[in-house]
Amino acid sequence: MNRFAELLDRLAYEPGRNNKLKLLTAYLRDTEDPDRGYALAALTGALSFKHAKPGLIRDLIMERTDPVLFGFSYDYVGDLSETVALMWPKVALAGHNNPPPPTLTEVVTRLRTLGKTELPTQLARWLDELDETGRWALLKLVTGAMRIGISARLAKTAAAALGEKDPHEIELMWPGLAPPYLDLFAWLEGRAEKPVNRDPAPFRPVMLAHAIEDADFVNLDPADFIAEWKWDGIRVQAVSGRDERGHLQARLYSRTGEDITKSFPDLLPSLHLPGAIDGELLVLRDGRVQTFNVLQQRLNRKVVSPKLIKDYPIHLRAYDLLGDDENDLRELPFEERRAHLESFIKKLADPRIDLSPTVPFADWPALTAARADPAGAGAGLDAEAVEGVMLKRRDAPYLPGRPKGQWWKWKRDPHIIDAVLMYAQRGHGKRSSYYSDYTFGVWTNGDAGDELVPVGKAYFGFTDEELLQIDRFVRRNTTEKFGPVRHVVHEPDQGLVLEVAFEGLQRSPRHKSGVAMRFPRINRLRWDKPPREADRLETLERMLKSVTAN
Amino acid sequence: MAGLGPGTENNAFSGRWKRGSRGAWVAKHRDHTAYIGGMRPQDILMPVAAGLCCKPGGFHIDPVRPVERAIITHGHSDHARAGHGAVLATQETLDMMRLRYGDNFAGSTQAVRYGEEIRLGDIKVKLHPAGHVLGSAQIAVSCKDLCIVASGDYKDARDPTCAPFEIVPCDVFITEATFGLPVFRHGNAADEVKKLLASVALFPERAHLVGAYSLGKAQRVIALLREAGYDAPIYLHGAMEKITRYYESRGIALGDLRPVRGMKKAELAGTITLAPPTATSDIWTRRFLDPVTAFASGWMRVRARARQRGVELPLVISDHADWDGLTATIGLTGAGEVWVTHGQEDALVHWCKTKGLAARPLDLVGYGDEEETEAVLEGEEGGA
Repeated sequence: MNRFAELLDRLAYEPGRNNKLKLLTAYLRDTEDPDRGYALAALTGALSFKHAKPGLIRDLIMERTDPVLFGFSYDYVGDLSETVALMWPKVALAGHNNPPPPTLTEVVTRLRTLGKTELPTQLARWLDELDETGRWALLKLVTGAMRIGISARLAKTAAAALGEKDPHEIELMWPGLAPPYLDLFAWLEGRAEKPVNRDPAPFRPVMLAHAIEDADFVNLDPADFIAEWKWDGIRVQAVSGRDERGHLQARLYSRTGEDITKSFPDLLPSLHLPGAIDGELLVLRDGRVQTFNVLQQRLNRKVVSPKLIKDYPIHLRAYDLLGDDENDLRELPFEERRAHLESFIKKLADPRIDLSPTVPFADWPALTAARADPAGAGAGLDAEAVEGVMLKRRDAPYLPGRPKGQWWKWKRDPHIIDAVLMYAQRGHGKRSSYYSDYTFGVWTNGDAGDELVPVGKAYFGFTDEELLQIDRFVRRNTTEKFGPVRHVVHEPDQGLVLEVAFEGLQRSPRHKSGVAMRFPRINRLRWDKPPREADRLETLERMLKSVTAN
Repeated sequence: MAGLGPGTENNAFSGRWKRGSRGAWVAKHRDHTAYIGGMRPQDILMPVAAGLCCKPGGFHIDPVRPVERAIITHGHSDHARAGHGAVLATQETLDMMRLRYGDNFAGSTQAVRYGEEIRLGDIKVKLHPAGHVLGSAQIAVSCKDLCIVASGDYKDARDPTCAPFEIVPCDVFITEATFGLPVFRHGNAADEVKKLLASVALFPERAHLVGAYSLGKAQRVIALLREAGYDAPIYLHGAMEKITRYYESRGIALGDLRPVRGMKKAELAGTITLAPPTATSDIWTRRFLDPVTAFASGWMRVRARARQRGVELPLVISDHADWDGLTATIGLTGAGEVWVTHGQEDALVHWCKTKGLAARPLDLVGYGDEEETEAVLEGEEGGA
C-alpha cells in the first residue's frame, strides 16, 4: 500500500504528461503481481466495492481526536481525507510484532468482501498501520475520490509502455480483462499470448469530437462532411451480444465505459439485436425530446421506481453503429457505418430507439443558418434539445479518443450576460486558499429602487491569473464575512462586473430571482464596466420567454 | 533598592556590552521595588508594540522596531533586525546579522555562550540552544525563583548543522506555534531526502531545484544529502552562497558546493541546486531544463499549500517543531503557564487548556514564517 501511496502522492503533484507516464511505468515495472494489477485497476476506475461515506471517516476521527482541534485542522487543510490522514493519532500497536502495513492487494480484496458493519473497525486498523501518505491514499481509495489527474487512458498507456505495445491494443481488449490483470502483464512482459476479450457485450472506447473554431472552416471542405444535430442528452453505448450459451446479453455504458445498465431497465428489452450502438440517451414525451433538465431526473439513480420510468420515458437516439452482430464495423468509413446503422435501426423496429437525422447542407453558410435555427432546419419540435451541430468526416473510421480533424462539435453560442459579483467563497482542495466560488447578481426593481438579486454561482471559466486577480479584489473589497463566505462590495459605482456565459435557463421557484442557469461560467472579467451597467433581471426573463417559445 | 536597573552600577555585563551611541545603558524604569517578591510573569516580560519587553531588565527580545537593548534569539530577518542600540546574542547570530546588515547593524554587541549567565540587576538571563538554526537560542529570563523561557523559534528534531534543542525547566514557557495544528507532523527528514534522491535517480535528464530558506534550511538539506551518501557537487543560487560559506567557516562540512551561476543547461541535468523558495518560481528557473521543483518546508505536509506554489516534489523538512514536538516540549518544561506566539495560536492554546495549563495567545506582530517572506534581493544573485 505504501508503494502505491507514494506513486499517487508523486502523481498528484506532477503536471507533465510524459513525467506522469514515466512514474507510472516505473511503478508497474518495479511492483509485483498482483499489487500492480490492483493499482492499475484503481487508476482506471475498474475497482468495485462499496465506498466508505465521508460521515464514517468523520466518525472515526471524532472518536480519536479533540473535536475543536479537528475543526481547526479541517478548516486549514480543506479536505476531509487529508485532514484525517494527517492527524490520525499514532498508536503503539500491541506486542513486539507490529503487523506490516497492508498491501494494496489485501486492502482491495478485503474491501470487496467486507460487510458494512465491519468496515469502520477494519479501516481504523489499516489507518493505525499506515503512515501519513499511506493513510491519505487509503482514504482516497475507499471514498472513491482519487482525483489525482490521471485518466484511465494514461494509465493504460503506461502499462502498454511496459511491453512497448500500442495503447490502442489494450483499449480493445480492456473490457474483457479483470483486475489484477495477470494475463495482461504476462503478455506485456512477453511471458504469454495476447489475452482475448470474451465479454459478450463489451464496451468500445468512444470517439470524441473537437470543438470547432471559426478559423478551422477555411481548411475544411463541406463535401467531406456529414452534419447531425448535437443532442443535449448523455452519450451512451448500447451493446448486445450472445454469451457462450447463446443467450443475449445487453448492456448500457456511459462514455467512460461505466456500466449504467441498472439505471435504465426500461431500455433493455429494446436492445434485442446483437450489435453496438453509439447514441444519445434522452427523455421523450409524446415523441418530443425533453431538455437536459428533465433528463437529469433519471441520472445517478440507485433505485428506479415504476413512477420514474413512467414519468421520464427513456429513449435512445442512435448516430453510429460500431458492431453489427459478430462484425466489428469500426474500421469502416463513417458513411458506410451510417448505412449499416440505418438498416440496423429499421430491422430493430423499436419505438424506443430511433435514428438521429442528418442535417443536409450545401455550404458553411447553410449549416450556420441551420445551427442558428434548428427548428426551421428539420429539428422541428425537438429543437429545444439541440445544443449545436456535429460534423463528421465521411471517410473517418471509428477511432478511440479525440483524433484530430475527424469529428467536430459546433455548439450554439452560449447565452451571455453581465452580472455583478456579490459574494465569494473559498474553494476546496487546490483552491482552499483562494476565493474561487462566486455568486453573482443582476439588477431588478426593489422596494428602494434598483437592487441586485443573485442569479447564479460560478466557480470556473477563469484563468489562473484571473483567479489571482479576483481573489485579490475579494480580499480588498470585503464588506462582511460569514465563515468562508465574504460579501464583496456591489454598489452601482463600486464592484466587479463578470461576464457570465451559460447554456440554458429555466424557471426556478427555489431562487429569489425565479430563474436558474445551466452550466454558468465566468467568460470574462469586465474591470472596465461599472456595476450600474450590468444586465437586468428583465433581460433574463426575456431570454426565458424566447427559449420557451421555441 | 539601588542598582536594580542594569545601567546603574558597573555590573558584570556592562563592561562587555560596548557602550553604544544611543545611550543604551540608562534604565528608564527604576521603581520596580513593589513587584519584587510578589512578581507576576507579566511584570517580567510583556508584549509591547516593539516586541517582548523585559522592563526590569531593560531589554526587548527580538524587537521588531529599534530599541535601546535587544536580545536576539536567532538570525532570521523577522527576529534579527538592524538598528538597535545594543545587541546581545550568540556569536553566530551576531555574525549572521553582520553578514546581512553590514558592520554597523547595531550600536554595540555582546556575544554570549550557551549556558553563560548574564545579570541585569535582579534579572538573570541565560541562552540555551533552540535547535532552530546555527546559533539559535532560547532566552531564559529569571527573577528570584520565577523563570520564563522565550523559545524564539525552535525544533526538537535532529539537525546536523546546529546544537540540539535543550529542555529548560521553567514556570512560564513562551512557545512559537508555526505548526501548531495536529496535522503537522514532520516525520523523519532523512526519509524526505531519500525521496529527493529517488527522484534524481528516476529523472536523470532533469535538473532538481530545491527551494530552501537560505539561512539554516539550505545547509541542513545539504548536510542531510551528504549523510545519505550523495557526494556529487551541489549547486547554489547566488543568494545563499555567503551564508553557506559562513556555516562552513564554523566547522560544518558540506562537501563540494558550486555556484549555479554560469552553468550551462545541459550540465545541470541530473544535478541538485538549492535556491531560496521565491526563486524557484521566477524567471531565474529558465536556466534549468524541465526542472523538478522541490521545496523543503513543514508546509509541504498540506497538499493545497504545495500545489499553490507549483511544487512537484514536496519535502517535509522543517526547522520548526511539529505538533508532537510542540506539545511534548511544553510538557517537558514543566511550565504551568504557556504563552503562545506567532502561528496557529488558537489550537495550541486550546490544547494547553485541555491539559490543565494556563495558556494565552501573545499578540506579537511582525513575526512570520520566514519562508513566506524571504525575498531575493536584486544583485544578491550576482547578476547571473
